[in-house]
Amino acid sequence: MLETKLAASVLEGNRLALARLLTQIENGSAQGREALNELFPHTGRAHLIGVTGAPGTGKSSLVNQLARHFRQKNKAHPEQSDSPEEAPRVAILAVDPSSPFTGGAILGDRVRMRDLSGDSGVFIRSMASRGSLGGLAAATSAMVQVLDAAGYEIILIETVGAGQAEVDIARLAHTTLVVEAPGLGDDIQAIKAGILEIADILVINKADRPGAELTERALKSMLQLAHPTQHEFHHHGLFESRETRAPDNPEEQNPGTAPIWIPPIHRTVATEGRGIEELVEAILRHAQHLRETGEWRRREAARMQAELDQLLRETLVRRWRSQITEEQYHQVLKELVERRVTPWQAVTALTEGER
Amino acid sequence: MSEERSERKIRVLVAKPGLDGHDRGAKVVARALRDAGMEVIYTGLRQTPEMIAESALQEDVDAVGLSILSGAHMALVPRILELLRENGLDQVKVFVGGIIPDEDIPALLEMGVTGVYGPGTATEAIIDDIRQAVLGAPVN
Repeated sequence: MLETKLAASVLEGNRLALARLLTQIENGSAQGREALNELFPHTGRAHLIGVTGAPGTGKSSLVNQLARHFRQKNKAHPEQSDSPEEAPRVAILAVDPSSPFTGGAILGDRVRMRDLSGDSGVFIRSMASRGSLGGLAAATSAMVQVLDAAGYEIILIETVGAGQAEVDIARLAHTTLVVEAPGLGDDIQAIKAGILEIADILVINKADRPGAELTERALKSMLQLAHPTQHEFHHHGLFESRETRAPDNPEEQNPGTAPIWIPPIHRTVATEGRGIEELVEAILRHAQHLRETGEWRRREAARMQAELDQLLRETLVRRWRSQITEEQYHQVLKELVERRVTPWQAVTALTEGER
Repeated sequence: MSEERSERKIRVLVAKPGLDGHDRGAKVVARALRDAGMEVIYTGLRQTPEMIAESALQEDVDAVGLSILSGAHMALVPRILELLRENGLDQVKVFVGGIIPDEDIPALLEMGVTGVYGPGTATEAIIDDIRQAVLGAPVN
């Protein structure tokens, strides 16, 4: 398959071409980049939904159910055509961590998604983080763009939440779901305050387990304390708060017209399909809220900026590296290790000086 | 100087087709492949040939590892190979492990299977064979 035809094939709906292009993108090839340049004008339509949470919270099962529901959506409206072609096409990008020691990975999220097999309107792709620290892989954003251009209107991005991962996913997605589950050892103190800055919707999955009530109360009391404010992401991860009125009652929701969005808490039992319909409705309400308040465009701009800066960093480092020989680099490194130069002197030597 | 940042990983689909429910062997192999630096898309039990071909396509894998303990390999493997071909995945290397009688091995290799491994095969052998088949040269 000629690389120059790859983009055209993807736009025509060729799934093999799509899969091959995703690999090119993931491996950072020049052909991949060229194809993405051609596809980029076709991006911007998809609703990106991030799903993050600690291991064992049932994210994959939840994603499976969400995708199923989106694919069946139109069947709830008999006045419209209920042919499966009417339902939005759904892509799932499931990111799992690579072993820092071996570089390999077990990508097992598909195990939970059997229900989606055979549906030609669904595309599931597993990714390893490949050394990226934030929970997402470096190529995730580009791969999302390809899926967007290929016509997938709902893109679910699943990632393990650990440390900074929630921030990464929230920067990428329009709607971020943070998934908790009762009885995992996460007591009230352990629920990270950062969740409330990141989550657009909080999900308590496995809600049939004991402790669900406690988990929900803990989340509610943190929501009340936090008085969430509208925020903007900057490319270096700092938040800028805006003054907004905090409601007296955090349960109060008027998402279509309210200036701020308070994350609702939804209980689900994903393996039984319970609570999914309400959760999907909340996701759609959130998208509506983003569009009506202009927040959709603001988040897109912030995401583009984050990507631009990331790519600039990578490109500039690569260019610099190509001007330095391995010997020069290792010579300076040796001096640093032997403490004959300081780290900053080493950097100066490599970027400015002649040694 | 080229601006390409290539990081080629070998991606392997590990699946158990058919109805047999013993996945310990498959998991042992999956972990060994991960420890050898490969990315393993582990799809687990009760995979139909259609599901395996669909996963292989979406994940653009280099190789497919089938774990079959049920004795149904002579029915399952040809069907899987056929579906892979139909989906344009001719270059994907197929490996079969599990309970495979010696007399069936030549037929499987003739069909296009790259390697057949009985119980007790050292995982290093499987890893080397995958690397050889996918990269074209043994990695020391």
